[in-house]
Amino acid sequence: MNLRYSESEERFRGELREWLDRVLPTVGPPPAIDDWPGRRAYDTAWQRMLFEAGFAGISWPKELGGRGASPAEQLVFLEETERAHAPYVGVNFVGLLHAGPTLIAEATSEQRSRYLSPILRGDEVWCQGFSEPGAGSDLAALRTRAVRDGDDYVVSGQKIWTSHAEVADFCELLVRTDPDAPKHRGISWLIMPMDSSGLEVRPLRTIYGSSEFSEMFLDEVRIPVANRVGAENDGWRVAMVTFSFERGTALVSELLQTMELLESLVEIARSTGTEGARPWDDAGIRRELGHLAADLDALWSLTKRNVTQASRTGVPGVGGSVFKLHYSEVRHRLGDLALRILGRASLSFDDVGGARSGDQVHGWVHAISLSIAAGTSQIQRNILGERVLGLPRER
Amino acid sequence: MDFELSDDQEALQEVVRKLCAGAFPMATIRSLEDRGGVERDLWRRLADAGVFSLHLPESAGGAGLGSCESVLVFEELGRALVPGPLVWTHLAAGIVDGAATGELVVGGVERRGPPGRRTPLVVEHLAALDRLLVLDEAGVWEVDSAAVAGEPVQHPLDPLTPVHVAQELPGGRQVAGPDTAAAWRLEGAALTSALLVGLAGAVVDTAVSYAKERRQFERPIGSFQAVKHLLADMLVRAEVARAAVYAAGAHLDDPGIGDVHRAIAGAKLMAGDAALANGKACIQVHGGMGFTWEVDAHLYVKRARVLDTIFGPVDAQAEAMAELI
Repeated sequence: MNLRYSESEERFRGELREWLDRVLPTVGPPPAIDDWPGRRAYDTAWQRMLFEAGFAGISWPKELGGRGASPAEQLVFLEETERAHAPYVGVNFVGLLHAGPTLIAEATSEQRSRYLSPILRGDEVWCQGFSEPGAGSDLAALRTRAVRDGDDYVVSGQKIWTSHAEVADFCELLVRTDPDAPKHRGISWLIMPMDSSGLEVRPLRTIYGSSEFSEMFLDEVRIPVANRVGAENDGWRVAMVTFSFERGTALVSELLQTMELLESLVEIARSTGTEGARPWDDAGIRRELGHLAADLDALWSLTKRNVTQASRTGVPGVGGSVFKLHYSEVRHRLGDLALRILGRASLSFDDVGGARSGDQVHGWVHAISLSIAAGTSQIQRNILGERVLGLPRER
Repeated sequence: MDFELSDDQEALQEVVRKLCAGAFPMATIRSLEDRGGVERDLWRRLADAGVFSLHLPESAGGAGLGSCESVLVFEELGRALVPGPLVWTHLAAGIVDGAATGELVVGGVERRGPPGRRTPLVVEHLAALDRLLVLDEAGVWEVDSAAVAGEPVQHPLDPLTPVHVAQELPGGRQVAGPDTAAAWRLEGAALTSALLVGLAGAVVDTAVSYAKERRQFERPIGSFQAVKHLLADMLVRAEVARAAVYAAGAHLDDPGIGDVHRAIAGAKLMAGDAALANGKACIQVHGGMGFTWEVDAHLYVKRARVLDTIFGPVDAQAEAMAELI
């Protein structure tokens, strides 16, 4: 049990820190939250810079163009990029953290050589077409139908919650290729070009007021059979290969960001207030802030345990569900407390009265999405109850 | 960075687990209720296994181990619900002769606030003690436990932790200065967190096995999501708190890695919360049976309450954390 980074991990940190200090001043401020073409340009330009400096695909194997870094080095990467306020993975999220790792695990060598490098270079952006209006928590109930016609699948149906769909080049798409098989066994995993005809993307307005994701309507979209990853009807297993990953390390940089959000909230609590009383002078508020700090520190320690287990066993463990569940709850508590501290300044997404209140209000809304996205908290509890504690399924 | 147990640490954990299973099965623990929670022969067995001398150098008869290891040992003692002033006797080893070897049972109490404004002191295990240590800002004081004028409480909350109420303590002999007192506060909090996280984990196992075997509506109650989700939340609390407690041990061993005060305050807070909430949830899963004396569930939450009050309760640690953000 050792929390000290090794010499080679610290060397990597030094090299990265030096590079960040040099290049970040040349990176401008991020575009507005609803400027999607601007966000794509910004995020992919940053990805290109990472690629040229040898920091792209930090966890991807070297022979596929990644850095092949150890899980501990990945943590160092996240710590340093967060500390330096470097741009986030942004629109590259699906490509780098989900579709890419799936292709690495399951694709043919032709598919890998076609698709992986453009993700690393920031040339191509991916999105995810998994959920449907009738297939949310019960994802395997998906009904988007793919019928074989010569060398193509002809695909019709509807997808929902697709982030970055407006600016993506490709979509990792789950379709039903055998409607008669049991639901988990008739699904295939396809690569859909986003310029396919018959595909319509309609942005969905979220409770932020902006469009964070879209619906996709597919009307006889032709997708080459060569774009299938894995065997026909084996798509559920292909998709699950990287699912635990989404629940694991993907939230780590967010956790570090949340620690800063808490520090910023403490500053607000110490400096603002109505009629002379500062929120900080209230022992109840101080304790809640302290409690949240303890929770975030514990989650950071849990991350290090998860990462160690992943590097010892080669696969992310169940720690991902534990992390996601608790992290979502902590963000809800932080958001609720922030709004109480802000008082009526919480009635605005924009900063009020010189304090950085907007981030806190966005954080409150973000928490609401966290306990729903990538497996609701209720589904995470089922996973822990059934797969870790070995409890029987309901019904 | 490698934040999991080493092979040696796993072996140590296994040794303590076996010691507890052999010397402290639940029947023995429950029998200690009539003997004030401490039994001399069993205390010796803990000492012989090295439980109190983990940190002493090998030249002084100790194991020369660090805090990562003592945290693991105390987690197992907590899991097994072993009663007695374990943390105090461990702290006293090396300062009070006979503590390390188990010849003496050494207890302690924290004294806070200015003289005259102190609330009555509640002292644990007073009747079983050979020495009472008093920890305050100025240092550590050794008091003749027989000279303490304390009234025994007829109905202690934890039947395995008898308590006395004393209005004032006799003056004692100073055995260590303020630096040691400060170090004890940190180590005491870390080891108490370890006991708490052991309790928090033990009740997950207890509640899960009950939920698998207890049937209502023709099926195990653990299949109902309402119950399953309670159990999942218990697991989450125990796992998150365990990470915090292991981190506290690592910080004590290598203070250069971060803020040791923050690591320990966080660990005590998380472990106290987890043990209290899990203890109650375990009773809830057991339903009406959980409310009976005969079922062990109440012993865990009561012990959690005892341990939360020493070396900084949840609220005090939350305030301390706030100042460290």
